[in-house]
Amino acid sequence: MHIVVCIKQVPDSAQIRVHPVTNTIMRQGVPTIINPYDLFALEEALRLRDRLGGEVTVLTMGPPMAEDSLRKALTFGADRAVLLTDRFFAGSDTLATSYALSSAIKKIGETWGPVGIVFAGKQTIDGDTAQVGPGIATRMGFNQLTYVAAICDVDTEKGIVEVERRAEGGVQVLQTKLPVLITMLEGSNEMRRGSLTSALRAANAEITTWNAEAAGVPDVQSCGLRGSPTVVKRVFAPTPRAERAEEIGKPGMSFEELADAAMDEIFARHPTVEADLREFAAGQQEEWR
Amino acid sequence: MVEERFDAIVVGAGPSGNAAAYTMAKEGLKVLQLERGEYPGSKNVQGAILYADALEKLIPGFREDAPLERHIIEQRMWMLDDTSYTGVHYRSEDFNEERPNRYTIIRAQFDKWFSQKVREAGATVICETTVKELIRNTQGKVIGVLTDRDEGAVMADVVVLAEGVNGLVGQRAGLRDELKPDTVALAVKEMHFLPRETIEARFNLKGDEGAVIEAMGTVTSGMTGTAFLYTNQESISVGIGCLVSDFKESGEAPYALLEKFKAHPAIRPLLAGSEVKEYAAHLIPEGGYNAIPSLFGEGWVIVGDAGQFVNAAHREGSNLAMTTGRIAGETIVRLNRTRQEFSATNLALYKKRLEETFVLKDLKKYRKLPGFLHGNKKALFGLYPQLVSKAAQTWFRVDGTDKRSKEKEIMAAFRKSRGLGGLLGDAYRLARAWR
Repeated sequence: MHIVVCIKQVPDSAQIRVHPVTNTIMRQGVPTIINPYDLFALEEALRLRDRLGGEVTVLTMGPPMAEDSLRKALTFGADRAVLLTDRFFAGSDTLATSYALSSAIKKIGETWGPVGIVFAGKQTIDGDTAQVGPGIATRMGFNQLTYVAAICDVDTEKGIVEVERRAEGGVQVLQTKLPVLITMLEGSNEMRRGSLTSALRAANAEITTWNAEAAGVPDVQSCGLRGSPTVVKRVFAPTPRAERAEEIGKPGMSFEELADAAMDEIFARHPTVEADLREFAAGQQEEWR
Repeated sequence: MVEERFDAIVVGAGPSGNAAAYTMAKEGLKVLQLERGEYPGSKNVQGAILYADALEKLIPGFREDAPLERHIIEQRMWMLDDTSYTGVHYRSEDFNEERPNRYTIIRAQFDKWFSQKVREAGATVICETTVKELIRNTQGKVIGVLTDRDEGAVMADVVVLAEGVNGLVGQRAGLRDELKPDTVALAVKEMHFLPRETIEARFNLKGDEGAVIEAMGTVTSGMTGTAFLYTNQESISVGIGCLVSDFKESGEAPYALLEKFKAHPAIRPLLAGSEVKEYAAHLIPEGGYNAIPSLFGEGWVIVGDAGQFVNAAHREGSNLAMTTGRIAGETIVRLNRTRQEFSATNLALYKKRLEETFVLKDLKKYRKLPGFLHGNKKALFGLYPQLVSKAAQTWFRVDGTDKRSKEKEIMAAFRKSRGLGGLLGDAYRLARAWR
């Protein structure tokens, strides 16, 4: 089966900072990584390929430097990588991104064989929308299974896939027909290291690079900033905790006095707490008797 | 096992490994370079000063795009006691030349750039891959390496060990001994960020001019070691290092020593208001000539820090690394071209050529220095800096004492603490060690 995995190169959020004055994200000098959620999707795809045969094609849209993340995906063991890069794609929101990616997936299917499953991460760590995966499914007319925790079975003959999906209050076991788009949940598997053979192949691999035309995108007006109705109104950093804190008690107070002062403050701000506590204490005493 | 075969495998992507891989790849050899870090430079730590000459011999036009911080126009050598420094400063407009001789660099960026050149020259570079051991044939000749990845064996005609100071692969293969505590220093450093205008004002610099301070004295509390402070464009690297055996003996913690150096009245104002963004530690081989292991054998050569190629007296290391890497590379290219075996006999050419360069000439010249410094550490890193400082203070303080009495007082202080014989002995031993 031919599987496509959509990945995104994102700034390492652990090393990112917000400019204190302008409130913009300071990306300069921040290392990039593959969106961590996408790694669960990639590993799941590699496991399916190892089990069922076929090929895994990794796809990303981004600037030319996004090639690094594709090379990394090849090191993990993907068979082929496609980079979608064009100035027409710059400034895409989720609507424009899913448009460009679905066009490219169609082209991938035409070039290297029909696509049975498209994998994506649950969401990205820079946008956090979780919209692109479902967007691709809708545009391509694929069934979609989101927040998947485990893939139970894939029957390629009958064209059926069965998964466990994490839902509010429990786990759903769902079955649907291929072709399908699956977004994987974090923790569903652990990324392999990749063999030395894969690493060598990745180091020297030619990465297929498509612009909008080569990817067969029908309408560049629907791409990038022009095709993106989303507008960022304002970006702001949350107030640091330390600034919200206030001091209770006075210097020189004993621990007991400080504890009393803290309790008084809590009772003063949440008037029902004291009554609830008294009621609870009375209940406890009743039980002990 | 990987099916693909290589002419040469280079273990490590620091200055020596990059120099070797670049030299060989540029001449058309099929080179595989393996690096355990996430990217070349991610694990590499240095002060750091780049000496242009060694790199120029590899990449003459490196100044066009290498990430350089500042070219050094001022060198300060300081002898510290707890409250003062006695110093020699050398600053020259001549250092503002078209092709400056020394630069400060940030290794994470520089090594990345260097590695890019290695790739462009045609080598295959693979990161996040640790070489576990060497593979030998039945005759004991090294024929490849085993990595920590699946299907992790890969074969080549010759292996260049550029694995750095703590050369575990070479050690495991019995090619070199374990590091000895008295031949290796442990250095720690911090990166202090400041606006470039602040740095330029504090050190009297303009544009990309840089200043460096090398210091020794009571800050190491009688241990064999030195401290440094280098100006980068928007940061200051400050660090200190001592022999591991001295740390062990004194029980001092390296970070505490760095705190002490940063708090010195001559250093503190230079760092005031800065933001620390990085803390790093590294081992430096300081055993000198006598600690150099065997450098070649059947199918293998050792380059860079792994071969103890550091001139501690002149704070030179990366230039020795690049030079040994280049010469190892050139030797391998020559053997490859003339279809000769990579036997110990043929690879001996590498060491022979090193003997003709500054690398082994300098290390040989200073072969007695590590022993001298270590043997006289209490005097050199405690007593003398104090005496020199006291002498300078006596001399410069105007207090109604006549100059002849001041001279006598200074001489008496030296004689009293070290004795005339001790003084002459130290001078003699230093001269011999320096010869």
